[in-house]
Amino acid sequence: MKKLFLPLIAGALVAGCSPVSSPNSKTTSSTGGDQQIKMVYIAKSSGNPYFNQIESGFKKAAAQFHFEYSTQSPTSADATSQLEIIKDQIQRGVDVIAISPNSPDALDQVLDQARSKGIVVICVDDDLTGNESHRDAAVLPCDTKTVGDSQIALMSKLMGGSGDFAILSATTDAPNQNAWIAEIKSQLATPQYSKLKLVTTVYGNDESQKSATEAEALLTDYPHLKGILSPTSVGLASAAQVLATSGEYPGGPHASTDAIQLTGLSTPNQMKKAVQNGVVASFQLWDPSISGYLAGYLGYMIKEKKLTLSEGGSIEVPNLGTVEDGKNNLIYAGPMLTFDKSNIGNYNF
Amino acid sequence: MNGVRRELISASLIVILCLFAWIREPRFFEPQSLNSILLYLPMVAIAAVGQLPVILTGGIDISVGSILGFTGIAVGLMFQSNSHLPIVAAFLFSGLAGGLLGAVNGALVSWGRLPAIVVTIGTLSAFRGLTFLLSRGNQVDSTMLPSSFTNLVQQGIHIGSVTLNEPLLLVFLFAFVASIGLGYTQFGRNVYSVGNNIKAAYLRGISTQWILFSVYAFSGFTAGVSGAIYASRFGFVNPESAGKSFELTVIAAVAIGGVKITGGYGSVLGALLGCLFLACLNVALSVLGINANWQLMVYGLLIILAVLLDSLLRMTKRKAAV
Repeated sequence: MKKLFLPLIAGALVAGCSPVSSPNSKTTSSTGGDQQIKMVYIAKSSGNPYFNQIESGFKKAAAQFHFEYSTQSPTSADATSQLEIIKDQIQRGVDVIAISPNSPDALDQVLDQARSKGIVVICVDDDLTGNESHRDAAVLPCDTKTVGDSQIALMSKLMGGSGDFAILSATTDAPNQNAWIAEIKSQLATPQYSKLKLVTTVYGNDESQKSATEAEALLTDYPHLKGILSPTSVGLASAAQVLATSGEYPGGPHASTDAIQLTGLSTPNQMKKAVQNGVVASFQLWDPSISGYLAGYLGYMIKEKKLTLSEGGSIEVPNLGTVEDGKNNLIYAGPMLTFDKSNIGNYNF
Repeated sequence: MNGVRRELISASLIVILCLFAWIREPRFFEPQSLNSILLYLPMVAIAAVGQLPVILTGGIDISVGSILGFTGIAVGLMFQSNSHLPIVAAFLFSGLAGGLLGAVNGALVSWGRLPAIVVTIGTLSAFRGLTFLLSRGNQVDSTMLPSSFTNLVQQGIHIGSVTLNEPLLLVFLFAFVASIGLGYTQFGRNVYSVGNNIKAAYLRGISTQWILFSVYAFSGFTAGVSGAIYASRFGFVNPESAGKSFELTVIAAVAIGGVKITGGYGSVLGALLGCLFLACLNVALSVLGINANWQLMVYGLLIILAVLLDSLLRMTKRKAAV
């Protein structure tokens, strides 16, 4: 008897609660055919401006390709609450689930359930690494080479193409950081950067205090330093505060002949003040809305059977250009966005 | 008794460290490094002045890192809702918010009769959770903080290229208040009595529960003020990383400063010297360009070495006295 009742009760609970318990859900439907595809995006957590930016990409795709789009995200970034949302959405009868997963393996089973019902599953911004068979495709922001190449190109431009610079990284074992730094080093070996010299790489462990102390030590140890590149947001923000304090940024109160150009990776909200104060001239990040747009397009096309993914192939995306379908159907959105005084006000994430 | 000499040991450890760093890298004594040391100090020193009475009673407050994170976020949200808030009010608010969290620790340790280490390990996690709830997982960005607040560390008394930054004034204030409170009041004497023998203190009519409650609330208050300094110094507060492992730095500073970790003995000057030692050590590790993979280990070993040296010197002195 118990077994019979449980699904009933659960069903009643879900039906009764979902309108109440979904203050974060919004639905964007657009005019089009009668049988519109229903797509839902599940972010890691609600209220995070970064994921709002991804959502704006989905909305753009929904308006352009005419599918019904909604979003439903957990309040905290854990996998179990995403699990519940996925179950609800399967019940609701969605056609495409796009998700920024909070765990690489905890969602395997429920995603399989969804796919057995014909739902297309697309990972956005993060992947089910090691469990790629449980989703149809994944859209990640930028590949290592794009990030590394764009960062060194920006550093070089800011330094006028020559001089000493240092890298302020996170931890010695951070895989992303090390991959980017390796790419930067390989670019430095090419003739176009022959006048740039990487004097040292220091690690701030993604702690503000440690990052600040390391940045201060760079100023002490390398009096002729012309640039600091920090491809981590804690490092970049801390170094910006150090330069603001020491006044050694271009145009700052203690900017002698060797003022320091600071750049790296961060979100625009985090760096707005430093850019407005002139401490940081420009910096970069991928545009999360492109990931959302691309995932929206792919989900729609795959569900409509207008597109079949083939590893190693290339996909033509309206308004974006050609993207490569990589191994395990991993697709990079790219390219990098460069923020400076002129455009930083247009972004809010 | 040998109070002053004990601090001399801590002071000489700092001199040895600085001389060694200077020989290896003369730039260690350049104004930039001195500024770096002075910027490192306020956050740790104020929380250490708060941690000291707790340790004097034989307790420990492990939750200070999370209190710093919580109050840092709280200050950011306050400024976001009212950017014209006076800076003094922000510091006061941050301290009071921290004091409230500290009072929770205090109530559990004193009236709940629970071991301090268990209580504060618990609240270390609980307060971090509270930080996430308060911030809704979002970080406090520099745009939310007024420039007058984030410029605090750049202002102060300039001696050549060295800046005695304004938060250092708070360190002096707290150190002064704590020195008087511990050294010259009945309350202070009672704190030491509780640490030496809590049962004897109770039998002598000291309200031990009230003493225990007060020291944890004060520790929370100082961690709260450190939270405001964190927000002001770095211009952003991340709910996850702000104050992470800060408690270890603070407790290490107090231990290096010759404060007996089981309670009953130690001074404000000692705790401050412990902070200065850690500040010099941190800057030295970076300026000497020690490989990042080695830094953590060297850092830990030098802390142990400092405490070891301190206790060895104390032992020889005790023997000499006998």
